[in-house]
Amino acid sequence: MKHLLLGDEAIAQGALDAGLSGVYAYPGTPSTEITEYIQMQNAKGKVQESVFCRWATNEKTAMEAALGMSYMGKRALVCMKHVGMNVCADAFMNSAITGVNGGLVVVAADDPSMHSSQNEQDSRFYGKFAMIPTIEPSNQQEAYSMTQAAFDLSEKMHTPVLLRVTTRMAHSRAVVETTDSPRKQNGKSMPENVQHFILLPAFAKKNYAELVAAQSEFVRLSETCGMNRYVKGMRPERGILTCGIAYNYLMEVLHHKDANEWRDASVLKVTQYPLPKTMIEQMVKDGAKEIMVIEEGQPVVEELLRGMVPSSVAVTGRLTGALPRMGELSPDCVRTALGMKTLETPEVDSLVVSRPPALCQGCGHRDMYAALNEVAREYAEPRIFGDIGCYTLGALSPFHAIHACVEMGASVTMAKGAADAGQHPSIAVIGDSTFTHSGITGLLDCVNSNANVVVLISDNLTTGMTGGQDSAGTGRLEQICYGVGVEKEHVRVVVPLPKNMEEIKQVLREEIDYKGTSVVIARRECIQTLKRHLKQAKK
Amino acid sequence: MKKNIILAGVGGQGILSIATVIGEAALAEGLYLKQAEVHGMSQRGGDVQSNLRLSSDPIMSDLIEKGDVDLIISLEPMEALRYVSYLAPDGWIVTSSVPFVNIPNYPELNEVLDHVKAFKNHVLLDVEALAKEAGAPQQAANMVLLGAAIPMLGIDHDKMIAGVQRVFARKGEAVVATNVAAVEAGYAASKH
Repeated sequence: MKHLLLGDEAIAQGALDAGLSGVYAYPGTPSTEITEYIQMQNAKGKVQESVFCRWATNEKTAMEAALGMSYMGKRALVCMKHVGMNVCADAFMNSAITGVNGGLVVVAADDPSMHSSQNEQDSRFYGKFAMIPTIEPSNQQEAYSMTQAAFDLSEKMHTPVLLRVTTRMAHSRAVVETTDSPRKQNGKSMPENVQHFILLPAFAKKNYAELVAAQSEFVRLSETCGMNRYVKGMRPERGILTCGIAYNYLMEVLHHKDANEWRDASVLKVTQYPLPKTMIEQMVKDGAKEIMVIEEGQPVVEELLRGMVPSSVAVTGRLTGALPRMGELSPDCVRTALGMKTLETPEVDSLVVSRPPALCQGCGHRDMYAALNEVAREYAEPRIFGDIGCYTLGALSPFHAIHACVEMGASVTMAKGAADAGQHPSIAVIGDSTFTHSGITGLLDCVNSNANVVVLISDNLTTGMTGGQDSAGTGRLEQICYGVGVEKEHVRVVVPLPKNMEEIKQVLREEIDYKGTSVVIARRECIQTLKRHLKQAKK
Repeated sequence: MKKNIILAGVGGQGILSIATVIGEAALAEGLYLKQAEVHGMSQRGGDVQSNLRLSSDPIMSDLIEKGDVDLIISLEPMEALRYVSYLAPDGWIVTSSVPFVNIPNYPELNEVLDHVKAFKNHVLLDVEALAKEAGAPQQAANMVLLGAAIPMLGIDHDKMIAGVQRVFARKGEAVVATNVAAVEAGYAASKH
């Protein structure tokens, strides 16, 4: 069957057709649509057998639950944006030591150019770090079929497999041909050797030795799997090593009528890591004097390649300036790297100004910031530590309300550290979903030393930035705060609306002046999900 | 046949609905298609664009090279200008003339419109007024714009209309009729 699918959706359909039993994920651009697609197919009954697909509280709980499902012999998929890999790193790294029972595939969606992210880290480093195979598709059809291949590889080698995509792969749509005979889910089966899953030092050492020993087999599989392709060129003194979406840009430019002598270079397309050693050696044997590495993300392959080829072979790429050191690639920068002239085109228009994203009109975060800004002005040097979500936009005009934003949950603990250093008022602003993702443990730290902070939870009852997914603590935030140990009279709830401005300001003042840990919950439904709910109600 | 299209607008204006209809018609024609979309933070009232590529041959890149864009379809005039440095010398701009002002430093509208008019191949239409005249709601302004772009798309008018009908079919006959009317109004106003 043929379907028009996003790269993310192709991964999801590939996983379903590979006999997936559960997807575990926390929303994050550009990975969100993988889980949403599985949820949609599951809800419509377009799966052979029901699939577990409820959002997880964060990437670590997702990774661990997936490992538990794999332990029971079933196939599990974990999806996240690149920075989610940091959150689940402990579980991820150690899943390489335990190995897997049912197939376990971890999808990391990287965001070079930081379209919706705070950094552009390259998840292929994590694949190498954990010493497990990594697969990087170039197009939607590959995304579909290689997800199935990743599950096969995982079960064959008893290892988790990392599937790495980047923004353009995740969010680009094309026709995908899917199978008419999807695979059934695995039945329940216990691990053959339970010691594999007990990482006591004595057992872990043995497991680790097995993982190290498997490395040469992983390389051999990269060389023989058929997904890595080497084509000797008519002018083999030039070589190109390319992977992922970068392959498409290269082919686009080389098929252009003005393509130069690079058209005749040898090309090695890498889809499965670790790098296929013999294919690289063949490229050198065939006479490559220069190998240009065209890869999306950080110069991972470029660095590795330098240690793999003789010093007489020049390795060029992002590190040498042939391609930009930062940001996502485009056909244009590949064209420049190959020494081709840019196409004729009009000048950039002088009138155009930037149009940054902004909080929606009618959004509760707006009223929250309006009140907070007014109260903050009453103090000599307030510090407001922000967090990850729509409300990060409070850093921009017209609010200029926050003084920090680092990673999920950092608002609470940075505010605590600042208070420990003597700052007052020290205020954290965090959304409900981010709070349950990574804020609760920080709040416990605050309570334990009765840190002089106000944690302002801007609760819109959803995970807003990524499009309105269920938030893990909806309806239970007060209980969570009480349970962590915040005193009941210092857990306050306000409704962020212009008519409540004076009340909100007064509550904020009282809690700022209270010498200890307090929580103010500003609760009003996200305007986007509200519109959706009203529309559904009308139907 | 090969058409490289940039769809432009402001987050929330509905450029992806235009892409959906073009995609529906293109696939029915047996064309290859690639469409790179923008999801995430910039959808919150920021500038958004989508690279849509149609071809009778397989398509490699998800992104269009600078200078290789045949057509910019924009729901906002300044947003049309944002991508002119991707336009081929004989490329077309089809844009709404209605500004979306959600920034304090929006340039002088007349200058923006003059810059659009400076391109030999342009269609500049008040798509909101045309939607109203056609008896369609304001949300159908994107379908008026789609209609105006049909002559440059390389897909027959009738096949595009059939695409609109299929895309909106599950919303009922009345919705199909208003959207077809909106597309026809744009097509008539485009005059090419």
